[in-house]
Amino acid sequence: MLTNLILLVSVTLMYSTPLIFGALGGVVSERSGVVNIGIEGMMGVGAFAGVAGSYLTGNPWIGFLCAGIAGGLIALLHAMASITFNADQTVSGVAINLLAPGIALFACRLLFDGAAMSPAVNKLPKLFGEGAFNDTPYSSLNVDITVVLALLTALLVWFVLYRTKWGLRIRSVGEHPHASETLGISVRKTRYLCVIVSGVLAGFGGASVTLAIISQFTQTAISGQGFIALAAVIFGKWKPLNTYAACLLFGFTQALAILLGGGATPIPSQIIAMLPYFITIITLVLFVGKSVAPKADGVPYIKGSRA
Amino acid sequence: MSTLTKIMRKPITSAIVAIFVGLLVASIILVVAGYDPISSFEALIGGMVGKPKYISNVIIKATPLLFTGIAVAFAFRVGLFNIGAEGQYIVGTILAVIVGYSLDLPPVLQIPVVVLVGTAGGAGIGAIIGWLKAQFGINEVITSIMFNWISLYLCNFVVSLPQFHQPNSTSSYSINESGYTTLFYGMKNSEDGAEAIRNIPVIGDAIMRTDVNIGIFVAIIAAIFIGWLLMRTKVGYEMRAVGFNRDAAQFTGINVKKNLTLCMAISGALCGLAGALTITGIAPHSIATLAAFENNGFNGLSVAFIANCNPVACIPASFLFAGLLYGGQTVQQTVGAPSEIINIVIGTIVFFMALGGVIPMLADRLDHKRAQKAKEEEAKLAAQVSDASDPSQEEANNAH
Repeated sequence: MLTNLILLVSVTLMYSTPLIFGALGGVVSERSGVVNIGIEGMMGVGAFAGVAGSYLTGNPWIGFLCAGIAGGLIALLHAMASITFNADQTVSGVAINLLAPGIALFACRLLFDGAAMSPAVNKLPKLFGEGAFNDTPYSSLNVDITVVLALLTALLVWFVLYRTKWGLRIRSVGEHPHASETLGISVRKTRYLCVIVSGVLAGFGGASVTLAIISQFTQTAISGQGFIALAAVIFGKWKPLNTYAACLLFGFTQALAILLGGGATPIPSQIIAMLPYFITIITLVLFVGKSVAPKADGVPYIKGSRA
Repeated sequence: MSTLTKIMRKPITSAIVAIFVGLLVASIILVVAGYDPISSFEALIGGMVGKPKYISNVIIKATPLLFTGIAVAFAFRVGLFNIGAEGQYIVGTILAVIVGYSLDLPPVLQIPVVVLVGTAGGAGIGAIIGWLKAQFGINEVITSIMFNWISLYLCNFVVSLPQFHQPNSTSSYSINESGYTTLFYGMKNSEDGAEAIRNIPVIGDAIMRTDVNIGIFVAIIAAIFIGWLLMRTKVGYEMRAVGFNRDAAQFTGINVKKNLTLCMAISGALCGLAGALTITGIAPHSIATLAAFENNGFNGLSVAFIANCNPVACIPASFLFAGLLYGGQTVQQTVGAPSEIINIVIGTIVFFMALGGVIPMLADRLDHKRAQKAKEEEAKLAAQVSDASDPSQEEANNAH
């Protein structure tokens, strides 16, 4: 019983970590008023860049950093489209989701002689070091270091958004860009920064799959986590800590599905696999209800236009 | 407004520029990666239209994309982002298989029943998403994403059921032949008929070796119908009003809640129809365990956006998309360049469609500049005229 409980906790944390990074990226971008459907693609690029960095240098931390940079670069495209060219942000995001995995796989095939997956690379360390608590029931509590990083990032995003003047600026730009501009805040600069940060975080999210959970890049390493992260942003009502909690809920239902599956119950595993998604919808209907996006979310800012 | 700026303002111009840039970006990447772009594009075009068989396969591949493209475009015009086309499509395939395998009516009944049930399945999922949005304000993006996964696992569940599972395979049984919408199916399976088809010049081989089916005709009719519904009817007018400004629509007495639900139901129905027609039209006429999404719905997003969310424009967009996907396989086989280059081409095209506003913006700027120039010249001319007629003015100027 205790072992199962501990396993439940650790699997929850493992599944939710990539989502947390991706979703926090979404929060940052959308609070500044730019919808980011492209998280999935940015995570995909991060997943590859992380592995590539770790493969080429042997140092997974450099890989993790590469993942952030790659995600940020892809996000720069989205920023240019959405902010400089006032493009439809949904369309641009969908384009990113096509482009980014294409780039990741293309680069993967170039780097690894035409293979659609990488060899195993050095992973990021565990929280308490390799092999700590082995042979005790608590061994699965020795989670990946990314779990802790994700929590710290959530706290940091919360602190910046709600306790600093930059955060106030970001939120004001997302709610009422015209008013912010009259106060001397540059809407463009703020949004550019936020979208790039969102890409960096999504890149970290991708790398926390390929450098912590599975230790290699495959075509399906990122398959839908970015969209779940997107859902978590809305579920968490665009607030960093609520979004963190939403990701934990997703992770928890996934973990539950895994523990209940595998023949432990008479319920078919496919039905159990649907649970997380049904629970999400039911939770939304019963407890969360209407979520109101930042007022200027998705609206291009055109100087001098009527607000 | 000059002819040039008029051309620049046409939506089709943006699309052509986007396609051109997409191919250009791909060429640059190919060159950097050390492949010959010209032979790559030759391979691509050869793989798309090199043989009648290829063209036929492109059309077959385009059919579900056209349906899901229209579905996404239609919802987008009503202000809804139907990222759930994938799931609605899957539900269409599941129900078509269940009904098509369980019932064996004469074809005149079997085909409509199978197709309608599949369509209704998609519509049902769509309606739930729309209703949850209208009733509880729950963002359609979340529910759509959740239903995509639920549909995927539902598909795997149905495949695993003993009454549908084909032993020693990962798929279900095929539906009964009475539900097939493959063209010339009977002829192909009789010796004389097959011989007759093979003897048709040019396209005989293509008909024989590909699953030519009625789907594309239905899809084109659907595109035109949805275009008409949206632009020429009261229903469409109300929906566009809801999409344009929900509050204003409510204020003028349009039932916003009803329209949101109805819109998503129609959008879902189109996806379900796509799924059902795939099952009835294309071998193996069954569903299989899904390890990941097959992207028939997600690619609909791209088709819709290449078409600038115009249902009728989805027709060429879906052909382009299917052609690139299908022809892209040849690039890898003949040139060795990773076929992902095609995803990069498509991604770039959609990206530049997103930037579509730039070209009309440039046109505005050009017109503005011209107008200013004309104004300046007019002023100059006027000044000259007044100079000539009013010598006292000149004196005054000199005095200054």
